[in-house]
Amino acid sequence: MHLEEKFKELKERKEKALIGFVTAGYPTAEGTQEIARAMVKGGVDILELGLPFSDPIADGVTIQRASERSLEAGMNTDVYFEVAAGIKGVEKVCLTYYNLVLQRGLEDFIADCESAGIKGLVVPDLPVEESKPLLRICDRHDETDLIFLIAPTTTEKRMARILDVASGFVYVVSLLGVTGAREHISDAIHPLIRRIREVKTFIPLAVGFGISKPEHVRTVCEVADGAIVGSAFIRLIEKGLESESKASMLREIEEYTRSLKAGTKTV
Amino acid sequence: MSSYFIFDKIIVKENMQSRPDEHGKYGIYGGKFAPEVLMSALEELEKAFNRFYSDKRFKEELNRLLRTYAGRPTSLYFAQNLSERYGAKIYLKREDLVHGGAHKLNNTLGQCLLAKHMGKKRIIAETGAGQHGVASAMAAAVLGLECEVYMGTEDIERQKLNVFRMELLGARVNPVDSGSKTLKDAINESMRDWVTNVENTYYLIGSVVGPHPYPLMVREFQRVIGNETKEQIRDAEGRLPDTIVACVGGGSNAMGIFYDFLDDDAVELVGVEAAGKGLETGEHGASICAGTEGVLHGMYSKLLQDEHGQIKQSYSFAPGLDYPGVGPELAYLADSGRVKMVSATDEETLIAFEILSKLEGIIPALESAHAVHYAIEEAKAKAKERKENLIVVNLSGRGDKDIFLVEKVLGGECK
Repeated sequence: MHLEEKFKELKERKEKALIGFVTAGYPTAEGTQEIARAMVKGGVDILELGLPFSDPIADGVTIQRASERSLEAGMNTDVYFEVAAGIKGVEKVCLTYYNLVLQRGLEDFIADCESAGIKGLVVPDLPVEESKPLLRICDRHDETDLIFLIAPTTTEKRMARILDVASGFVYVVSLLGVTGAREHISDAIHPLIRRIREVKTFIPLAVGFGISKPEHVRTVCEVADGAIVGSAFIRLIEKGLESESKASMLREIEEYTRSLKAGTKTV
Repeated sequence: MSSYFIFDKIIVKENMQSRPDEHGKYGIYGGKFAPEVLMSALEELEKAFNRFYSDKRFKEELNRLLRTYAGRPTSLYFAQNLSERYGAKIYLKREDLVHGGAHKLNNTLGQCLLAKHMGKKRIIAETGAGQHGVASAMAAAVLGLECEVYMGTEDIERQKLNVFRMELLGARVNPVDSGSKTLKDAINESMRDWVTNVENTYYLIGSVVGPHPYPLMVREFQRVIGNETKEQIRDAEGRLPDTIVACVGGGSNAMGIFYDFLDDDAVELVGVEAAGKGLETGEHGASICAGTEGVLHGMYSKLLQDEHGQIKQSYSFAPGLDYPGVGPELAYLADSGRVKMVSATDEETLIAFEILSKLEGIIPALESAHAVHYAIEEAKAKAKERKENLIVVNLSGRGDKDIFLVEKVLGGECK
């Protein structure tokens, strides 16, 4: 199902979307599939699966470290699509940097997304100004949405341009900064969501960057259609690798997902 | 003398005005591949640059700094001993004499002045060899701005002297321990800082790389090198040179000296990349000679990468050339054939480094010694053909920062 339909289905159940991010191949390719299963069991609605890049400029230290580890363990674009195809029972979105899409070839990358059942593609270093070639291919295939980001610094003019071509959902960047769990969520979200809604009322808005607690998710879901949690999952995996057994790490991830998911239910 | 200075007489010929285009593209290269958070800052920067760059008072202020603080114009020195030995006329554009010891200050003064006019109080910069970091710290100090420099821990180890200099100049040096712990990772970390502090911070990029408008701005602030050279070589020789040689890491000293000669078709422009341990070993920094097209640090350019698009670690014993990308305009000029790109290994460069030190009493930066190597080879080749040959080498920096490294390589024995 297309991403927008997923949001619609959730809305009918009086729920918002929990979008969980993990870096593919961290700690291993098999490990990612087990972690994904735990997140699905915990109730994640959309799984954002990161294809790691050597130079992730939009990411904070947590995801950066996971990317390095994953690449060292042999992750590459071929392996990525195998891992992604093996994950079932959840809508999947790919997050990666533009050079990896370019080197595979735009057409091939989108075709591979389609075969692996990936419904959306987030490319943090591909602003709307440079997105035309990839957007054209996504539109032609009509299976994978190109997900755009909007930040507190996005001007009205650019916001209109982004919302004109956006589909699937809009990734609302809650703060100025890189990815990473934070103690409090940003005050910038409410005014930003209002600004977006003045331009376009009917595209799902998911808020990311800095969200790590059930109460963050609940606050975000009061105004947006979904919450994106990334670095907090990576930290759980990191912690699990250091101390506990795999089974208890997976259990903890499942429980954590469940606690976050509870924040998305409006009744 | 005043005619030497930049901005007094900028001759922009028609075919150049089209580059970059309105999207910041040089042919297929360049552009703005930046995170959404930075897009409005890049727009603001472009507007500010266009406004101040055409402002008479801004130019006067920058010219005053270039003249009285940086020590411009730098001399164009006829290297007589080198010339006699190799049978050519070899001139050195002495950017090593710029305050701080490298051409980097031309750009940092321009950008810090721009930042000041934009009302930004905090400057961040990345550095490889430490030269851009030192130049940033100097420009920030003289213009009363706060300065933080990101530097890979590998480079901190290689260039301790420059770290100490930056700290003396009042800058804070932030070590970067991720990835290859060199220039590319320092750029990543600077971009992360900028994303976080974009509202009060100016990101001072040190080379003709990054998203538009950086490659354009840095080129414009470095054009003073070629502008002076053109006048000086005419005064000295009554004609333009046959060849101009510059080393290429990101490409700022090369674009600086090449740009005003682009329309002089008879002048051969040669960029020398770092072949490190040899192009065939894979341990080098030759993004144009041995790289492929892709996106890194906000630009579409030539990169060192694997077949999946992961960026490879570059290598050169000259930290200023140890970068897996290159400025988009140079990639464009290389494709078009206007600039000839070659490379020199560490070993070849070290020989040129010693020759210049001994023959002319000038210790070049290891980066610049790559260009000296090519000039010597070119002189030798043309001497065989018994052709008159006028070569200008951009001596982009002095080698004091490298002496410990060279001592280590030579095993403590200077030949």
